[in-house]
Amino acid sequence: MSLATVFKRNSLLDERSTWITSVVLIVGMLAVVVLHALPPDHAWHLNDSVVSLLGKYLTYMLLALAVDLIWGYLGILSLGHGAFFALGGYAMGLYLTAQQAPLAPWQAVMAHFPVAALAVVLAPGLLALVFGWLAFRSRVTGVYFSIITQALTFALMLAFNRNEMGMGGSTGLTRFDELLGFSLSSEGMTVALFVASGVAVLLAFWGCKAITRSRLGRVCMATRDAEARVRFIGYRVEHVKLAVFVLSAMIAGIAGALYVPQVGIINPSTFAPLFSIEVVVWVALGGRATLYGALLGALVVNYLKTVLTGVMPDAWLFLLGGLFVVVTMFLPQGVAGLMAHLRRRREVTA
Amino acid sequence: MTPTHAMNVRPESMTGSQAGFGFRHCLMVVAVLLVWFAIVSPVQAEVTPQRAQALLQALDTDDFDAKAEAAQAIAASDAAQKTRWLEALLDGRLGRERRGERFYIITDDSGREWPIIDAITFEDAGTGSRRSVDAFRINNALRTQLQGLIASLSLDEGDEATRLDAAKRLIGEVDAQSVDAVAAQLDDEESSAVRAEIETALALYRVEQGDASALSTLRGNLDTRVRNSLSTIAASDAPIAAEAGETLAGIESKRAWYERGQTLFFGLSAGSVLVLAAIGLAITFGVMGVINMAHGELIMLGAYTTWMIQQLLPGQPGLALLLAIPGGFLVAAAFGILIERSVIRFLKGRPLETLLATFGISLILQQLVRTVFSPLNRRVASPDWLQGAWQINEALSLTLNRLGVLLFCLVVFAALWALMRYTRLGLEVRAVTQNRTMARSMGVRAARVDMLTFGLGAGVAGLAGVALSQITNVGPNLGQSYIVDSFLVVVFGGVGNLWGTLVAGMSLGVINQVLQPWVGAVLAKVIVLIGVILFIQKRPQGLFAPKGRTS
Repeated sequence: MSLATVFKRNSLLDERSTWITSVVLIVGMLAVVVLHALPPDHAWHLNDSVVSLLGKYLTYMLLALAVDLIWGYLGILSLGHGAFFALGGYAMGLYLTAQQAPLAPWQAVMAHFPVAALAVVLAPGLLALVFGWLAFRSRVTGVYFSIITQALTFALMLAFNRNEMGMGGSTGLTRFDELLGFSLSSEGMTVALFVASGVAVLLAFWGCKAITRSRLGRVCMATRDAEARVRFIGYRVEHVKLAVFVLSAMIAGIAGALYVPQVGIINPSTFAPLFSIEVVVWVALGGRATLYGALLGALVVNYLKTVLTGVMPDAWLFLLGGLFVVVTMFLPQGVAGLMAHLRRRREVTA
Repeated sequence: MTPTHAMNVRPESMTGSQAGFGFRHCLMVVAVLLVWFAIVSPVQAEVTPQRAQALLQALDTDDFDAKAEAAQAIAASDAAQKTRWLEALLDGRLGRERRGERFYIITDDSGREWPIIDAITFEDAGTGSRRSVDAFRINNALRTQLQGLIASLSLDEGDEATRLDAAKRLIGEVDAQSVDAVAAQLDDEESSAVRAEIETALALYRVEQGDASALSTLRGNLDTRVRNSLSTIAASDAPIAAEAGETLAGIESKRAWYERGQTLFFGLSAGSVLVLAAIGLAITFGVMGVINMAHGELIMLGAYTTWMIQQLLPGQPGLALLLAIPGGFLVAAAFGILIERSVIRFLKGRPLETLLATFGISLILQQLVRTVFSPLNRRVASPDWLQGAWQINEALSLTLNRLGVLLFCLVVFAALWALMRYTRLGLEVRAVTQNRTMARSMGVRAARVDMLTFGLGAGVAGLAGVALSQITNVGPNLGQSYIVDSFLVVVFGGVGNLWGTLVAGMSLGVINQVLQPWVGAVLAKVIVLIGVILFIQKRPQGLFAPKGRTS
């Protein structure tokens, strides 16, 4: 038995898509780091702003993973994941603000990095715990759940717009200088944040893969397909849902925390229902319940957005709207599903 | 001529050119004059030019007290010109020829040369200037007195509306000099509304003089001036302070009730907007189980239809609005049917996908409006009969456009309810809602019902847009701001339940209004949102859960 076989059989990587994705992610990251290190006058040199942009895409991919985990595998469509993303972002934003000016007394603990890092996962996690506990306990499912998650993020958006929240009101938190003692505008910091985001995506990808392949993951998929039956077999469906929902919210929070230093601002528009629902279309385009589809979708849609909003801003919403319609009508399994379909056809004909 | 008039005349006899005569002489002269007036001109009394001259002559003094008495005399006289004189005096436009005996009214004192008219005959007298005409000066006390006099004079004249207006101005203006005259007006007045105002004015004066018995007239009066005077008296150490305070407390509690009424009205009108926006959603959601995220944009289309019809019919906002009601319905319904036929039909049984697809449609429609019209807001004019407010009393006024929306909402609701209850389509819709499979096997063409229901729901959204155009600006984001709220109303009220939607929308509107003064508009909205989220945990089927196995 060759080493490769052992490796493949006993690890996460026995699925072709998984190791391809891992390789692409790692190689892509290394390539960006190397290209950035080239001398500035070199034709292939990537400047700081491009690296920051790619880093932002990575945080979006992380957020898409979080949505795919609960939508793809658990069948829960959350239209409020932007709220968890924003909460993580605000936790990081408070820490960054504290580096320049003292915070209000009740926020002062956020000046310490370990506390802030904890808050990045705990704030969205706790919100998801309370909200999920209430929702799943009373068996709020399907479109009802989607609507109240949308209402949740809408309510948070209104609340964070108020100056009394101490979160910068409608301007949000911005003008950050340094992180962990290093200047945010330095070249090393840009690359470090990019790599950190890449590593986070990779770890989250492997983590989510591990979960979906575990017994928990199987119960999740069973719940998605026939909730009543799983309940009758004896599983506490609401506990399963709650655990995965909280985990997904935490991943979204981490994504938000990595997003803020790279973009340099966090404001209430991140809570806007439109953003949350955009995340859903990334996942839908890439393909639900594949994880790598979510990564692909987030990357492609956001790249298109960057290009189109620069070239012809009017066309972007037409395209985004069209994507929603086309994907749901003609590509219910997304690009990943399309690829799998084509591969199967090739195998049949071969 | 009533006897009271003779009494009014009395002060005049003490002043002016007649000051030299004895009191008895005066009374005789007045009596003779009165009789003569009564014979000569029973309708509108005329005074002789000499008499008019004498009345005006009395004003020509530097002593303001004497001037006040002269003004009083003019007001009490029978001169037909008296209102004009007093008004001119108030404006500082009544004057006397410097070298002569004539009196002039300056009709326009803006330039150096003033056009003037004769004060007695009102005939054109060419121009005058500061050099030729000496305008009578007045001080603040005289100004207040003049205002009171003019108000009570206009009580004599004009139609009921003018008199009511004058009577309202009298409140707080009555003083020792005018109280008798005002009391006399009260006896002459026939309109009960005007009488009530005059009584208030008199009672307020008497209370200010320390007459506790007059307080009973002021009980429950909502006039701000009454409230201000009473609170001053209640705070002072006047002997009637305690009683005034009691009356004031009564007034305050009455005001509080009206303010609650006002809040309720605002709440209901905000709620009626929610109901209009949500009710179409409730129909489609109930019948087809379809979440139509493009519903807000259908509302927007209705509003834009109103705007366009108004552009086509400039200067006729009323007609345009009436035409927009069917117009908005048809445009939105056409778009709705288009959406149903082209997209939703193919996503049957996949509610989450339908949600996403319709959201995509909403983005496309928004951008379409932005590209075709403009990203800027458009203002839709309101017809005259929807402008202004219906002032019920001092504390309660209902804005007509909001009242209109409230009524419109109730009419639309009633029409929908009747449609559901009495028509064949309504019957089929209810059948499909309750049990699609069974309805189909009984011969109901469910696909057709779906299409028509969707068109109906979209059309109602268009109607909501027509109504919204009257209370807010029309812009591409109009729909977005209502979509979250409308969903909450639908879920709160119970899916597919018209009455539930009505009750839920109205109560959310009222709750929001009640919370607003305490916590501010934004936080009130947040609290309502959180409240509904918690409510759904408790009762996932909404306020009015459908009975039976459909849940």
